[in-house]
Amino acid sequence: MDWFMILKAFIVGGIICVIGQVLIDKTKLTPARILVAFVTTGAILGGLGIYKKLIDFAGCGATVPLTGFGNLLSKGAIESLKKDGILGALMGGVKSAAAGISAAVFFGYIASLVSKPKIKKQ
Amino acid sequence: MFFIKPIESNEDYQKYVDEKTPNSPIWKDCFNAFWVGGLICAIGQVIFEICKMRGVGETNCYAIVSIMLIFFSAFLTSLNIFNKIGKFAGAGSLIPITGFANSIVSPAMEYKSEGYVMGVGAKMFTVAGPVLVYGISSSIIVGLIYLIFNMQYISLV
Amino acid sequence: MKKVGKQSYIMQNPVAIVNTACIVGPKEKEGPMHTYFDQCVEDEFWGEKTWEKAESKFIKESINLAVSKSGIAMQDIDFCFAGDLLNQCISSSFGLRESNVPFFGVFGACSTFVESMILGSMTIDGDFATNVLCAASSHFCSAEKQFRFPLELGNQRPPSSQWTVTGAGASVLSKNGNGPFVTAITPGKIVDKEIKDANNMGAAMAPAALDTLITHFIDTGRKPSYYDAIFTGDLGYIGKDILTDLSMSKGYNIKGNYNDCGVLMFDKEKQDTHSGGSGCGCVASIFSGFIYKNLIEKKYNKVLVIATGALMNSTSSQQGESIPGIAHAISIENK
Repeated sequence: MDWFMILKAFIVGGIICVIGQVLIDKTKLTPARILVAFVTTGAILGGLGIYKKLIDFAGCGATVPLTGFGNLLSKGAIESLKKDGILGALMGGVKSAAAGISAAVFFGYIASLVSKPKIKKQ
Repeated sequence: MFFIKPIESNEDYQKYVDEKTPNSPIWKDCFNAFWVGGLICAIGQVIFEICKMRGVGETNCYAIVSIMLIFFSAFLTSLNIFNKIGKFAGAGSLIPITGFANSIVSPAMEYKSEGYVMGVGAKMFTVAGPVLVYGISSSIIVGLIYLIFNMQYISLV
Repeated sequence: MKKVGKQSYIMQNPVAIVNTACIVGPKEKEGPMHTYFDQCVEDEFWGEKTWEKAESKFIKESINLAVSKSGIAMQDIDFCFAGDLLNQCISSSFGLRESNVPFFGVFGACSTFVESMILGSMTIDGDFATNVLCAASSHFCSAEKQFRFPLELGNQRPPSSQWTVTGAGASVLSKNGNGPFVTAITPGKIVDKEIKDANNMGAAMAPAALDTLITHFIDTGRKPSYYDAIFTGDLGYIGKDILTDLSMSKGYNIKGNYNDCGVLMFDKEKQDTHSGGSGCGCVASIFSGFIYKNLIEKKYNKVLVIATGALMNSTSSQQGESIPGIAHAISIENK
């Protein structure tokens, strides 16, 4: 196992989260807005080819944060565009992120079947 | 008795309120966000390394990491634990894909009382919907801009 | 009823608060006020399927309890004024649908309880009724669901945010009774200082509380020292601080005898409720519990209660509107 890579993932992932935390505390943006900002930033950085370098460096430290999700969408759009032209730009994004979206929807549905929300005791 | 100047204008009142309102403990928040967020990414990397050792292709490894983290997040949300982690870690659990999953699972659970179609089905994306809208739209725009700079790929089919 | 000054009224006929009742949830039970509540429920669902149903049950049970404690039969109640925070006041109307009492739904955000007490006192003083029931409720979970985020969402609450109280309070007002009596009222007007932060309700409502407080003093000619205690509805720690400062700047020192129901409700450090409690149920349960019992035991003989409300909803807040505040004052005295 590549321990150095795991350490790099820890540090880079942590730093990306700290950027989000500063935004939360300083700008009072709602969680939905923070997530939107991150996914859009990721898509743009992905399109510019910058985000790929970060993934090469930190692996999951770059793919797990939502910026990685945005990167995945735009990377998929560009790759399938190379194959199918304009049609590819519409097909590729969601296709590449399909696993994440489907898993979240499916697990969300299952969770709603089996579980009930509870009050925060603290 | 000390004297306070009466505050008349709305701007003065806003300024006064900003002074009165305590700020979030940003250093503590950032520290917690750093190590929890880092830990989630590191767990992802461990899953990645294990998959890779078993000979799974790199793209699929990343997909498996996402699915597993989403599963953990959904599981912890349904056990009523994720909100406690989120309260402690803030962006540390929000920014990783776990936060995206939590934002889908939590309204699904919350709106179950309004039925499975208009409750769970319709409200599931109250928080995560904008993420998909802006993520997908920006990826298409990025693709189209890429096309402008790389005209050789232009073809309709 | 006699109008004094700009917007205050002195009661001409006695309006007695015959009895009160309050029922709260599990978190409120852990707070410092738990000994004053009639009943603390262990489960926020209270055996119901949804939080909305649970909230209806809170208001229904506290009304039944208040009426039975007062010794007045339910059919002798002439009117009921009640309200809550949910859209179209469903917890009050659903909670009261089996009561067979003429019903007025009231909305004044967190000021609802005192608003309904004022309306009740007016109908009794004006000889329209003999016995009137006033109630209000709120529920943390149903309020979070309607105004903020799903309960299981892992978000952080800013330090200025307040915690909606799970609970309901009810009081029975009557022409006949030994008191304590409602002696004066000052209905408030809407005050908007253009605060937009929905996580800082105390700051949005404090100017309204100030306006009503000062108007009450000027209209009635009373001074802060006239009262044994002055309570605001739920300004929380920040709002309480602001109101103390602002009234000082207008020349009224309320530091000595002023407190806030939102501050009293929870233990800030232990219960992590940030700026304190809020919601219709906050002033309703603190009044029906702590304040009323102290009045009965004559620990307080003259009390001014100013309930504050933030008159906004999630749509207005998303559309970038500011938060208008309102505050209603009611003066209660032992004779």
